[in-house]
Amino acid sequence: MTKTLTCIECPIGCEIEVTLENGKVVSVVGNSCPRGKIYAEAEVVCPKRVVTSTVRAEDGEMIPVKTDRPVRKDAIFEVMEKINATVCKKPVALGDVLVANICDDANLVVTGLIE
Amino acid sequence: MKTNYDLVIIGGGPAGLAAAISAYDNGVKDILILEREEKTGGILNQCIHNGFGLTRFKESLSGPEYAARFIVGVRERNIEVLTKTTVLSLSKDKKITAINTQDGIFTLQAKAVILAMGCRERSRGALNIAGTRPAGIYSAGTAQKYVNIKGYMPGKRVVILGSGDIGLIMARRMTLEGAKVLAVCEIMPYSSGLKRNIAQCLDDFNIPLYLNHTITKIEGDKRVTGVVVSKVDENKKPIAGTEMHFDCDTVLFSVGLIPENELTKGAGIELSHRTRGAVVSQTRETSEEGIFACGNVLQVHDLVDFVSEEAEMAGMYAAKYILDGKQTQNYVNVINGKNVSYVCPQRIDKNLDGNVKLFFRVTNTFKDCTITAKCGDKILMQKKKKIAVPGEMETLMLLKTKLLDVEGDIEVSLEVQND
Repeated sequence: MTKTLTCIECPIGCEIEVTLENGKVVSVVGNSCPRGKIYAEAEVVCPKRVVTSTVRAEDGEMIPVKTDRPVRKDAIFEVMEKINATVCKKPVALGDVLVANICDDANLVVTGLIE
Repeated sequence: MKTNYDLVIIGGGPAGLAAAISAYDNGVKDILILEREEKTGGILNQCIHNGFGLTRFKESLSGPEYAARFIVGVRERNIEVLTKTTVLSLSKDKKITAINTQDGIFTLQAKAVILAMGCRERSRGALNIAGTRPAGIYSAGTAQKYVNIKGYMPGKRVVILGSGDIGLIMARRMTLEGAKVLAVCEIMPYSSGLKRNIAQCLDDFNIPLYLNHTITKIEGDKRVTGVVVSKVDENKKPIAGTEMHFDCDTVLFSVGLIPENELTKGAGIELSHRTRGAVVSQTRETSEEGIFACGNVLQVHDLVDFVSEEAEMAGMYAAKYILDGKQTQNYVNVINGKNVSYVCPQRIDKNLDGNVKLFFRVTNTFKDCTITAKCGDKILMQKKKKIAVPGEMETLMLLKTKLLDVEGDIEVSLEVQND
């Protein structure tokens, strides 16, 4: 079985063909860098995404956040529910963990310079 | 209040910040950045998604993370920043009139100025869409500011017109926050957004993209209640009988960006009708001596990484101008030829050292093509491309050695192979 994917690792957006035999990846064609190969191999087995969103601070400011590693694509909306149930206490700094292990060993971290 | 500076930078977004750091590191310490918003960082502050910085930092950063690296860089150098300050006018002799609530109206004198005001979104008014004028119609960037900075959801059922990157990013963002995005309509046969954004913002969430379609009517009295979407023919005229109706409460427009050049015009600086930014040389100096331009106010970029690179160039040459004064220049023009919509910079000073990187866009989607820069019959640089699309900025490097004996215009054109 061959699947065609658009790589999301960088702005080039390579079209990658992945061939699977008995659920195992046997070939990856079309990627122009090693990141593309890693992406394609993971994408056909268990697609994952970094989730980016905002958390409201007690004073109302919206704090930009992301998962510090990709989480399973089918868990994205669960992660969003947890993010929207979170209230952030200031002060926080860029890189601070707001929710440890929010999903799949990923932490929710602050991505902005907060005054 | 201090009113004389070596360098004044108008705009504290990615271009202004990078230009300031570069000018400082090239020997000019007396710098002021003027920023309209409450904090620096520009549009990156509301671009909370990741994917920034892959070219420059070899990692995927969110917009605020990318901005933070430059904001910190400006702080470390103690470069002065005046926020919540709007520049009202600029003159050829580098006098800047600005206003804020602290100081009122005031005038500054600079030895050099860098224009880094960025761009703004095209609005509904530019498109002449029939229908009523209800609430619920936003540009994609306005909706992004509501959701990511203010924490308000602009609506629940959304149709997006235009498949530029901001529209695609907002399709995903509104979906994540619980809205239903019914359709993204694109009048062209291709999306102007990045392929990876089609994949991760639309395909991931099963949001349909209708190419060759546009909104032909907006309905609703106080609030949007629906839109009519029609297929268009090859002349972009709606085809009768192809109408689809969507019940929605929100319409987002992602239909292009326009460099914000009112100050530039006011100063009498020459503008290009193609880029809608200033005409510049490879130093990013405009038609006025000592006034430079960089970032999206000069040409709308796809990637912030290239904005930073261009701003650093402007900062370096502005510093050179302040420290060494005006040098004699020897210009040749760079013009767009067949299948190329614009080239920036529009002229090259042959007296300067170094290679010159040309930025340009093509007019259509081309497969298996050759891009050539030539002067008369002499080919200066050539490269082959498997695919070239208008949505992605192209570059071509002209080597200094090839530029030495160029006399006359340099033309950049694209030919399809076996054409």
